[in-house]
Order: sequence, then C-alpha cells, then structure tokens
Amino acid sequence: MNNTDLVKQGLKKRYLKELIFKSMGIFSIVIAILFLLMLLTDITIKALPAFSQTKIELEVQIDADRLNIEANSPNEVLMAADFRLVIRDALLKRFPEVKSRKDKRELYSLTSMGAEYQLRDMVIDDPNLLGQTLKVKFMADDDVDAVIKGSIDRSLPESDRRVKDQKLSWITALESNGQISSGFNWHFFSSGDSREPEMAGIKGAILGSLYTLLVTLALSFPVAVSAAIYLEEFAPKNRFIDFIEININNLAAVPSIVFGLLGLAVFINFFSLPRSAPVVGGIVLSLMTLPTIIIASRSAIKAVPPSLREAALGLGASKMQSVFHHVLPAALPGILTGTIIGMAQALGETAPLLMIGMVAFIVDIPQSVVDPSTVLPIQVFLWADSPERGFLEKTSAAIMVLLFFLIAMNAIAIYLRKKFEKKW
Amino acid sequence: MKISALIFLLLIFAAFSYFMARQKITTAYQQQKQKTKILTLPKYFGYVAALWSLLPALVVMLILQVVEEPYINSEITSYMAATDLDSSTDLDLYLNDIRGADTPEKIAALSEEKQIVYQRFHEIETTTNRTTTAIVLSISILLVIWGLRKINTDTPARKLFEKIIEGVLMLAASIAIMTTVGIVFSVLFESTRFFGEVPILSFMFGTEWSPQTAIRADQVGSSAAFGAVPLFVGTMLISFIALLVSVPLGLMSAIYLSEYASNTVRSVAKPVLEILAGIPTVVYGFFAALTVAPFIRGFGESMGLSVASESALAAGLVMGIMIIPFVSSLSDDVLSAVPQSLREGSLGLGATRSETIVKVLIPAALPGIVGGVLLAASRAIGETMIVVMAAGLAANLTVNPLEAVTTVTVQIVTLLTGDQEFDSAKTLAAFALGLMLFVTTLILNVIALHVVRKYREQYE
Repeated sequence: MNNTDLVKQGLKKRYLKELIFKSMGIFSIVIAILFLLMLLTDITIKALPAFSQTKIELEVQIDADRLNIEANSPNEVLMAADFRLVIRDALLKRFPEVKSRKDKRELYSLTSMGAEYQLRDMVIDDPNLLGQTLKVKFMADDDVDAVIKGSIDRSLPESDRRVKDQKLSWITALESNGQISSGFNWHFFSSGDSREPEMAGIKGAILGSLYTLLVTLALSFPVAVSAAIYLEEFAPKNRFIDFIEININNLAAVPSIVFGLLGLAVFINFFSLPRSAPVVGGIVLSLMTLPTIIIASRSAIKAVPPSLREAALGLGASKMQSVFHHVLPAALPGILTGTIIGMAQALGETAPLLMIGMVAFIVDIPQSVVDPSTVLPIQVFLWADSPERGFLEKTSAAIMVLLFFLIAMNAIAIYLRKKFEKKW
Repeated sequence: MKISALIFLLLIFAAFSYFMARQKITTAYQQQKQKTKILTLPKYFGYVAALWSLLPALVVMLILQVVEEPYINSEITSYMAATDLDSSTDLDLYLNDIRGADTPEKIAALSEEKQIVYQRFHEIETTTNRTTTAIVLSISILLVIWGLRKINTDTPARKLFEKIIEGVLMLAASIAIMTTVGIVFSVLFESTRFFGEVPILSFMFGTEWSPQTAIRADQVGSSAAFGAVPLFVGTMLISFIALLVSVPLGLMSAIYLSEYASNTVRSVAKPVLEILAGIPTVVYGFFAALTVAPFIRGFGESMGLSVASESALAAGLVMGIMIIPFVSSLSDDVLSAVPQSLREGSLGLGATRSETIVKVLIPAALPGIVGGVLLAASRAIGETMIVVMAAGLAANLTVNPLEAVTTVTVQIVTLLTGDQEFDSAKTLAAFALGLMLFVTTLILNVIALHVVRKYREQYE
C-alpha cells in the first residue's frame, strides 16, 4: 500500500472530524442566539400585562357633607378630605348584600389604594363636581387586575387561589355588568414608585437615570477626550505615560462594585455629598466609563491619517491648532460613538449605585441632580425583590423600557458610525 | 456668597479680562509699523489674560472650600468647650442637626442648647463665607488689573496658552491614576481598620461567616464571625461554572465566525453576540432568579436530586452565557492576529481546516487565548448583580453546584446596603472583601494584559 492509499483510507474519518468540529462551532452560536431569544421572549411575555390596567367603573356620589368640605374650600382642605368614604359608599351601594365587617373590608379592597387620590385630583381640578353623582373608572387593585388578566386562574379550587370565591363573585358580577374595562397603563409612565403594584410607575426611575447620565456625560466626555488627545498627540514616551496607560487599561477591567466602594468611601463619607443623589451616581459612573471612552477616542484619533496633521503643520499651524482644528473634528464621529456606547454601559450599571445608596425606596419624582432618586436598573432590582405578584410584570416592563433605551442609544451610535465614518 | 454666584462672578471677570486684553493688543497692532512682526492672533492674548485671572482664584477657592468645614468644626468644638455645653455626644451628629436647620421652623424646633450653638455656628459660617468671598474676589481683581497692565505685544501669548492647555490635558489623563489611587486608598484605609478589629489570618482562613451581631450579648450569635473562606469558595465555584460554559462556547463561536462563517452569517451572528454583551447584568440576574433557577430546580427534582432554589448552578450558567461575547471577541482578535502564512502552510500540506485550527492556530494563539480566559475569570469574579439576585446569602462551605452558596460581591452588597453606622466591623468587613476582590482582579488583569501584549508583539 502506498502513501496515497493510506491518506485516502484516513480521509473519511478526517472529514467526519471536520464536520463534527464545524457543527460544534455552529452549535455554540446557536446556543448563544437561542438563549438571547429565550431571554427576550420570556421578558416580553412577562411584561405585556403590565402595559394594560384594569379599571372598575363605579357610580359615586361626591357628597360634600360626607366629605366634610365645601365647593369653595381651599386646596388644603380638599387635600385632607377622606375620599375613601364616598368610594366605599359607592361599592356598598353596588353590592348592598354585604353586611359583615370582614366582608366589607374585603369589598373595599376591590379598588386600588390610589382610587381616593384619583377622585381627589378630579375634584381639585373641577370643584363643581361636588354634590354630583357621576360614573368614574377607578383603578382596580392588583388582585382584581390579576384575575382579569388571567394570571390568577379562576378554575383553581378556592384554597389554592389568592382571590377567594366571594371576591371572585363580585368581580364576575361587575364584569357581566360591563363595569370592568381595561386600557393602556399610562399611569406606569407618569408616576413614581409605590408599595402597591398597580400604582407603581417608572417615571421617577427614568428621570433619575436621565439626571445620572447627564452628570456622567458632562464629566466623562470632556475629561476622556482631553486624556485621549493628550495620550495620542502630546504625550512624551516616558515611564509616567506608560503608568497612565497601564492604569487606564486596568481600570477598564476593575469590577464595577469596586467603583461603588470608592464612591462610598470618598464622595459620601469624605466629601459628605448627599446619599442616593444622581450627582454622586454620575461621578462614580463617569469614573467607570472614562476608560471605555478614552480607549474608543484614542483609536478614533489614531485612525486620522498623519497627512492631515502634516498638512496643517506645513501651513504653519501650531501642534495645538492642528489637533483642535483638524484632527479632532475628523475623529469626532468615532469619539461620539464611543461615548454613546460608554453611556449605554453606564445606563445599565447597577452595582456601584447600590453602594452609594440609590437603592432607597423613593416615591417622589426627582427634580434635580441632588434630589434622592433611583435609576432604571435599580428599579428593576427593587421590584424583582418584591414578593407581590403584580411586581413581576412591572419588573419585566421596566426591563423592556431599559432595553428600549439601550437599543435606541446603540442604534444612534451605529447610525453615527455609518453616516460619518470615513475611509481615509 | 454662594459658590455658584462666586464662580459666576469670576467668569465675568475673566470675560472682561479677555475682551480688554484683546482690545489692547488689537490697538497696539494697529499702531505697529512693521506688520510682518505680527505673529500671534489677538485672541490668544485675551485667553491668556482670562486664564491668568481665573485659574489662581479658582484654585484658592477650592482650597478654602476644603479647609472650611474642619475649621468650622474646630471653632464650634472650642466654643462648646468654652461655654460648658455638653459636647459628649457625637459631634458630627450634633452638627448635622444644626446644619440641617435651614428654615425658621426647623431652627425653632431645635433644643434650647442647640439654638445657642446654632447662633454661634451661624456667626462663624457667615464670617468664613464673607472672608472666602473677599479673598477670592480680591485675588481675581488684582490679577485682572495686573494681567492687563503687564500684557503687551511681546508676550508669547500663543505659546503660554498652549502650554496651559497641554497642562490641562495632562491633568485629564492623570485622572486615571487618581482614580486608581483613590480606590486603593479607600479600600486599604477601611480594611486596615477592619484588620485592627479582626485578625487578618482569621479573616483569610476562617471557615465561618456570619457578620450579623445579635443585639443582646446573651443571644445566639452574639459575636460575629468573619471567616471569609466560604465566600472565596463560593465565588470560585460560581466563576468556575461560568467559565465552564463560556470558554468552550465563546471559543468555538469565535473559531466558527473567524474561520468558517460566510460574510452573511458573520454579519448576523456578530451583532447578536454584541447584544448579549450589551444587556445589563440586572436583567440577567432577573432571568436567572425567576426563570433559570426554578427550571433547574424542577428539572433536578424530576431526576430525584435536591436542588436549592438559589443554586450556584443557575447563577453560574447565566453568568457563563453573559461572558460568551467577551471570550469570543477576545479570541476573535487573537485568532485574526495569527499570520495568514501559518494557515496557508498547514492547508497547503493537506490538513483539513479543523486540523489546521486545532494543531496550528490554537497552539499559536494559546497565550492570547489564555489571557482572554484570565480576563473572563476576572469578569466572573467581579460580577455582582447576577449573583446578588440569583445566588443566596447563606455562606455554605460546599462545592456542590446544586446548593446555595454566596460570593464576595454578594456579601459586599448585603453589608453595605441599608442604613447602618459606618464604623462597625460589619461595614468595614465589606471594604476588606472589596480589597480582596480588587487585588485578585488586579493580579488577573495585569497578568492577562501582559500575556496578550507579549503575544501581539510576537507576530508584529
């Protein structure tokens, strides 16, 4: 047997190995893609119910005497009035058969805790409503919401079900009477956090994220671009510059939680900046994103052809002028892309912000960078920890909002890169 | 005067300086006979004059701001000692009340004794504030006048200006160093305080971790135990599972994408992997805790295994998926750095593609791949949110992936979130753990970056 035959003999086996190897590669990629799809569909399916809100229509008589107010009462009196009373009356009127104290309490829990504020705001907006009887769509409690959306199975035996038979019969009665409706959950986008799942909204977290990112951008962009310019264009070759470069590369790989420790020890304990404030969060995140932006900016500056610099220098510009008038504008699209990617990274970051106290339960919507606030990823974390079922869908919905912003930012980055990228 | 108002005033002075200097030079240029001698644009003189008035004043203001608080504190302390007021309570807390009183109602709500101190505090604060304003403003005004008198056409304005800008740029670049120094000092400082209370050896080698101290001395767990071994083992276990998932999958997908895939496949698969890298870790944590962990538990129970609801396996698995893009992009870089001639040589001798990859490319790229794996390991060790949400708090010393373990990062988060006094051993322990984390990842990073760089140089 000669060598050719030997090789031919082994060929089949070798080709099989080749095939197996190649399919292992395909398999790995398919697993990654499959996982991504699973994650996205899982979250989308869980999130969808959160975007609609069940409402109960009740006929309320806004009786001024019952509320102990008058049409021309000042706002403070209106604010202090107990609107729960009229809503309870309306519920009792709808279900007159309910008599015992315990059952009444059960009945009152059909509407959300927020219903009274809803009614109060209506009356404050239009004091003429006092004394009238009108049909109002009140926000339903999260249990009612869950029954209507089908996440609590009505066919389960009573002992396994969170909502008991009695309440279920009321819900069915309301439903058959056409008093239950559902609509898009605007409330979710227009209010702050709450302990009640149906009242919890994401506006506070979105604004908190926005303020934090503004601080991050304002600090990290100028510093990072200056650093990149210095390192690419001006830095001499010496030990000190090497040390800076090692530091930058290292900082890019330091765990984010360590930056949180830095923020806690230095900015909160040493400089006594306010806890939970976007300004501290922004400072910490800007230190964290600096390396990312510096590295991206450096490669953008490096990509500008030397001929541009030499032309500027040849026409008598100083080094500084050639950099700021010619190199920097040419490198700007790349720098901006890197910045947006760094900002997206900062938007999704959670751990360092936990350290500086942005994890507090904050109902108010932040008005400035020093107000206590929380950010989107932390809102996700907080809601994921809450035991109420209603928060599960809220968490997923918050994740979708977060992913939406991330995708939007990345899309802008890709667009910028495509639009302004120059092949020199 | 408020700081913002002061800065605003300084900026106005600087702007004034700019316009006056520019005007002065422009007029001087117009009177000059030999126009060829004019080398510098008038605006550079303006810039120099403006910076000349602005920068020293800003620096002085910053220094005064920093020393203001300790000064006020010491003044109040001496005042309280002199007037025989009770200063036994914590001074910081005491002053916080007084500082917090910014509305008349809040002032009225203070205790009588605090009201007296408040009066004094208010006096001191007003005087220091006025002094600061006076010093800063006079420096600025003097410099404006002096600068405007001194500046003339012979001043090397552009060179001066460019030197200043270069200095500013260098300052920006050295922020990286300051950050590192800040990190090192903050964790080191608190850690030494911790090691003053808990011996370093019992921290490093102790096998019991229960940082909670009971309130009464006779309760169970009256003394806290700070043996960090269970945390180190838990971290290793979860990171190991993560690497077990991510290294083969990441490496194989990098190999497929760089050696086999057509352009269309690459243009789809690469962005998908990048999306995987861009998803926030808190989302992975949510997915691990609410979808993967119950699934693994159900699956294990159907096979007759007992699985903790917060198993190390779930956290490690999801973390592994998260690191895939990291490993694959690093390996991709490394593989594409292998010279084409090696590939062609091997293929030309009749090797199949897989043989070329396994026997030529991977050995050639091995240092780079090892570096990438080390970086991935450092990522896994430092990852926080997935483990906080999906791994437990129970410090079990076990290597069984089906049980709940806790990690260094989880403990840092639990020790430092919530309200607690800053000086207890419990909170200081978090900084000691942070020091361990920083040192470990630093060593891994330095080795990895060094290996990768050496490897790149080899083929350049």
